[in-house]
Amino acid sequence: MQQGAVLEMRGICKYFPGVRALQDVDFTLREGEIHALMGENGAGKSTLIKVLTGVYPKDGGEVHIKGIEGAAVIRSPQDAQNAGISTVYQEITLCPNLTVAENMYIGRTKGAGANWRAMNSGAGKILASLGIPASPRQQLGSCSIAVQQMVAIARAVDMECKVLILDEPTSSLDEQEVQKLFGLMRDLRAKGVGIIFVTHFLEQVYEVCDRITVLRDGQLVGEYVIEDLPRVQLVSKMLGKELDDMADIKSEVGATAVSQRGTPVLEARDLCSSAGIKPFDFSIHTGEVNGFTGLLGSGRSECVRAIFGADRVTGGSVRVDGKEVKIKKPLDAMKQGVGYLPEDRKGDGIVGDLSVRENIILALQVMKGFFRPFSRAQAEDFADEYIKLLEIKTASADTPIKSLSGGNQQKCILARWLLTDPKYLILDEPTRGIDIGTKIEIQKLVLKLAAQGKSVTFISSEIDEMLRTCSRLIVMRDRKAVGELKGEDLTQTKIMATIAGGDTQ
Amino acid sequence: MTAPVKEPKTKAARPGESILRRLTRHQLFIPLAALALLVLFNLVADPSFFVITMKENSLGNPVLSGNLISVLDNASELVILAIGMTLVTASSGGQDISVGAAMAIAGSVILRLVCGGQVSADVMQTPLVLAVLVGILVSMIFGAFNGALVAYFKIQPMVATLILFTAGRSIAAWINNNQLPIINDLGFKYAGTFLPGIPIPTPIFITAAVILLFWLALKFTNLGLYTQSVGINANSSRLNGLDPQLIKLMTYVILGVCVALAGFIRVSRSGSINYSRIAENIEMDAILAVALGGNALGGGKFNIYGSILGAYVIQFLTTTLYKYEVPSTALPAYKAVVVILLVVLSAPVVQEKLSGIRKAPGKTVKGVS
Repeated sequence: MQQGAVLEMRGICKYFPGVRALQDVDFTLREGEIHALMGENGAGKSTLIKVLTGVYPKDGGEVHIKGIEGAAVIRSPQDAQNAGISTVYQEITLCPNLTVAENMYIGRTKGAGANWRAMNSGAGKILASLGIPASPRQQLGSCSIAVQQMVAIARAVDMECKVLILDEPTSSLDEQEVQKLFGLMRDLRAKGVGIIFVTHFLEQVYEVCDRITVLRDGQLVGEYVIEDLPRVQLVSKMLGKELDDMADIKSEVGATAVSQRGTPVLEARDLCSSAGIKPFDFSIHTGEVNGFTGLLGSGRSECVRAIFGADRVTGGSVRVDGKEVKIKKPLDAMKQGVGYLPEDRKGDGIVGDLSVRENIILALQVMKGFFRPFSRAQAEDFADEYIKLLEIKTASADTPIKSLSGGNQQKCILARWLLTDPKYLILDEPTRGIDIGTKIEIQKLVLKLAAQGKSVTFISSEIDEMLRTCSRLIVMRDRKAVGELKGEDLTQTKIMATIAGGDTQ
Repeated sequence: MTAPVKEPKTKAARPGESILRRLTRHQLFIPLAALALLVLFNLVADPSFFVITMKENSLGNPVLSGNLISVLDNASELVILAIGMTLVTASSGGQDISVGAAMAIAGSVILRLVCGGQVSADVMQTPLVLAVLVGILVSMIFGAFNGALVAYFKIQPMVATLILFTAGRSIAAWINNNQLPIINDLGFKYAGTFLPGIPIPTPIFITAAVILLFWLALKFTNLGLYTQSVGINANSSRLNGLDPQLIKLMTYVILGVCVALAGFIRVSRSGSINYSRIAENIEMDAILAVALGGNALGGGKFNIYGSILGAYVIQFLTTTLYKYEVPSTALPAYKAVVVILLVVLSAPVVQEKLSGIRKAPGKTVKGVS
């Protein structure tokens, strides 16, 4: 092993039926460093981590861990844990029906019984030291997703690990929580823990990491010290081509400045829902792209859910093309030409076991009716058309959607709504947890749709993306719409100030 | 959010897979293999098992007779139930354990109507079609009751249907004032025995008609897509405009129709009813048929033909055991052995082991991370 390394992976290979997920990948993690693992969706990041943690058996190569003679044998997540490798996955893999403390200690108690008092006080100490706002006796499911994520990290940290793997830990955290997490990561680095950080957020990589390893199509592109690799180069290495698409998008922004005169496509007054948002007004015009922005939990998703009828609407009125309509359930909104891509892709978006084809035609099929199914040929045509149009990477239209990568799943959901030919499309975090290439494609698509006369509401936690696509932003704070920004006011500073509520002082 | 990340399992054909592997991976492989084994066993042990002869029945009419005919005939109720059970399983991720009791209710209603409330009748007092339609209606109402508990009150299906499981046979007895009505009209027994001049048992035709009906329904409506979608992800389904609760309710009502038909066949066989014994334990066989057909009991994707095949396999097994004079009290033990074998064989863990260590395939496809 190299001097100072805690983990060395050499020539790792992993095959899935029909796919070479990893091919001769080397990876070295040194003591006390934060090492970013970067790549597009399908590049093999998650696979490499699952091989390392024993979730998948590897088909070739060796793993060396500091303090273990010879090649380490890791056959199960338990083995990995014993070898000092802790993992926090992108999707929270804790038990929502157990308490916070139980989740932190599950699988780690020795002997038959559990010492509840010691467990709860131990958990309480760790939570306090990390500043996590949760009580040990609280049921995990009652915490917000962000807190659940932090509990998962607390669990991993508490296991005295040498190697900490964070797989997209920040995708459900807001800016403050991210900073807290970074503080924690820096502390751990100072203690000599090696951290593998998988993320899609470039800013975060440059903020906190020391080194970057880039994968592409299951192969190693290279390992770089962070100072030697400017962002543009990182992106081009990840995509495998020189890329100036980012610039392209910016130059197209002009196209989104649409006049707001005439009858809005959709107009809501004093709309509120069972999700507990304060009544808000909203309108969108033909060809307009607007967005809701605000911190996590500020109510931006709840607003669009109310518009779509996804939550029970408790008050207010909605007009579509000037006519008053009642939207009580999603189907009502769909019939008015509204489409909605939900924030939680796995829980609300995909129908996992159904094929890509069935997932794509689902919404249109439901609108067409129970007694009028599409013929198989028709459904295949639709699916093939959109697989081609959106460049969805799938073995076939018959593949279950759950075996696709996140970005491709998201494209299928997009295809589903595009197929219904909506006049108004709501995209709630369409770019979350997916690779840069797909992010750019989706942003471009949004602008293209607007140019075709469709209206789009776009929500993203990345303000950059919102600035690139939206011509008007509604700012949310504490479940209330607190401001609307457009034109010259659309700057990062102005948005931050409005979110923070500086105007009230 | 519960278990650690699992490797997605794909049932679809994969490139470079051998025909044998693809065959063993097929959903219908287990029930088909079980059927083949049973056939093979009977061929070796005593080929006369398969002999079909023309015999005179008790009425002096020439009818087909033989073990195969008996399998097809006796499996009828189970096959019809298994179809409904498959839909309920798919949409709600649970099973209806009240189908046996509900069959007693449907049978009791039909008997009461055709006997006109008397203990014994020689001529049907109500037109048969009307009696059956009322039986179906009552059964649909009970199905809706089960479905409402599951869909709107979010009670686990097995617990929700436990109510009717417990109460059903008493309700059936109460419908006929605790009498055991007997109908002697030959016309009533046509559905359970033979139509005049036709040598094949009528239940076989009824079952074939039900299968055909569901084939048509799955082809010409979205029954399959909607129930599967709701069973896999109710949240997504709702956001795509479906009403998951209504769809769950619908599957229980459809099962109610199946129950009524099965109950009708059962009472037509004898023209009478024994409330505590009629269709006893049939719910377990129906659930087993669904599982045997390779359907996940946790809901989601389903294959109705798997369940149908599963039902026939169960009946084939029963008939075989009867032929070798296994006492009916010992039957469940023998069945259990077979069930253990089948269930273990079809378990994903064993399937993975059987298909062996995968070798490196050819081309690289992006899409797995």
